[in-house]
Amino acid sequence: MSRSRGAAAAKLTEAVPLFAALGDATRLGLLGRLSVDGPLSITRLSQGTGVTRQAITRHLHTLGEAGLVRSARRGRERVWELDVKRLERAQRYLDQVAAQWDAAAHRLKAFVEDP
Amino acid sequence: MTGKARNAQDKPSTDRIEKRIVLRAPRSRVWRAITSAKEFGTWFRMNLDGEFAEGATVRGRVTHPGYEHVTLEMLVERIEPERYFSYRWHPYAIDLKVDYSKEPTTLVEFTLAETEGGTAVTIVESGFDRIPLARRAEAFRMNDQGWAGQIKNLASYVA
Repeated sequence: MSRSRGAAAAKLTEAVPLFAALGDATRLGLLGRLSVDGPLSITRLSQGTGVTRQAITRHLHTLGEAGLVRSARRGRERVWELDVKRLERAQRYLDQVAAQWDAAAHRLKAFVEDP
Repeated sequence: MTGKARNAQDKPSTDRIEKRIVLRAPRSRVWRAITSAKEFGTWFRMNLDGEFAEGATVRGRVTHPGYEHVTLEMLVERIEPERYFSYRWHPYAIDLKVDYSKEPTTLVEFTLAETEGGTAVTIVESGFDRIPLARRAEAFRMNDQGWAGQIKNLASYVA
């Protein structure tokens, strides 16, 4: 409770587009591709997905607005790449849940190991 | 869960956490601690009404200091004696003003196995990618309320 309400609210508002962007299987798939294969063009990203270029473009823009990916010009084509810092922040949510389970698991350990 | 989501999970996983711990206690003892609602509540710090049974909904109230206003529901999915126990619930359902009942749940799974010197317990919670964006965003607020501090409390409790 140490943090001020204003700062917390600002943080909350900032996080909303991030989770909206992650809440879609196609977009999660795109993030997966970009994390493995590095910067890719829209043409490469739509190959083999069964999703149209237009749809991929739309998804990339959603991810871009959430700050998860960004586009850059490489020669004559535009490529998309991960914005790693932002993804790390999404990971923090799970870190918190994991910390809770750590605590609970240790309580369970103390509980069953006590004679 | 769709195939695509599962593929993405292996990379930047935002969907799932997994914990493994070895307890120096017989499997039957660990099984009771996890599947007796009364015992579960003791170490998890909840008061639970009723017993765990497949398909049952067990309601509880958190006894953890600072979270006594939190009530929750566990929907028991599957019980395989001394091996597997799973239930669903709403993670971080701490805001009294919010009706969480229509939102997706996460799945919590306990798997037990005998191991040298005791019992290995694996805890998996999954399905976070389906939790509404606003709910997950709320957790950022919680972050500053000190999970690290709670782990310290725990250390002194266990010691």
